[in-house]
Amino acid sequence: MMTEFTPWASLFGGFLIGLAAVLLMLLHGRVFGATGILSGVLFPSNSGDWLWRAVLVLGMVSGPVLYLLLTGSFPAVEVPVSLPMLLVGGFVVGIGVTLGSGCTSGHGVCGMARLSLRSIVATCTFMLTTFVTVFVIRHLLGAG
Amino acid sequence: MRLITYYLVGLIFGLGISISGMGNPAKVVNFFDIVGTWDPSLIFVMSGALVVTFLGYRVVLGKPKPAMAKAFLLPSNQEIDLPLVGGAIIFGIGWGIGGFCPGGALPVIGTGKIEVVYFIAALLAGIFVARQFQARLL
Repeated sequence: MMTEFTPWASLFGGFLIGLAAVLLMLLHGRVFGATGILSGVLFPSNSGDWLWRAVLVLGMVSGPVLYLLLTGSFPAVEVPVSLPMLLVGGFVVGIGVTLGSGCTSGHGVCGMARLSLRSIVATCTFMLTTFVTVFVIRHLLGAG
Repeated sequence: MRLITYYLVGLIFGLGISISGMGNPAKVVNFFDIVGTWDPSLIFVMSGALVVTFLGYRVVLGKPKPAMAKAFLLPSNQEIDLPLVGGAIIFGIGWGIGGFCPGGALPVIGTGKIEVVYFIAALLAGIFVARQFQARLL
């Protein structure tokens, strides 16, 4: 499935993602990691930290609705894989981000921006294994 | 007031994911498919987010404390250990299989797309299993 190259929209969207990360640090002194925020909502360790994470997730979920109000349509979401692959992918991602203490937002954006060695190692590692996985699935197995 | 700021931060992030294409698995997988239907857009997402966060953190972390909290809560672990590298390897495999990462998928719930609900359900199952494993063995 081909997708259109969108450098300007992607760059601007990236600016907004960065702005959200900076604001969360400026206001509340916290790193913006989707994994930690989601884990904290579903598996809270103490009740005082539950509500702000739930509200943050509510804000995230409202993002596409604001996009709809601004542009007249929802952002494109095309799933190029089968349902079993989506489920296996989700389960494997859940294990990986929990053991590795972070994902694209926590390690890839916030950790890299702090020049954290752990985050730089994690980001280079998962970018490489994602590339290899996509190559194996699409070009060696001929699926997806 | 505090909760409104959290909501707005989430909203800006969700709008950014929507505009950038990071919530579209077809674009994400194509970014990694360099020898196939390559779409380099995601390097612009990551670069844009990193530049803003890098410069913003330089300013913010120079302050004595956050505007609405007592102190900055930064990860203190510096160690490159097996859970970090192993977890990153596993995350990358899952990202390549499904095309969604957690931060890309969460806002997409707002589009009502049913596939992302399946993904999030499986993601939560994986997080649950890994937390059980961590609690017992690590």
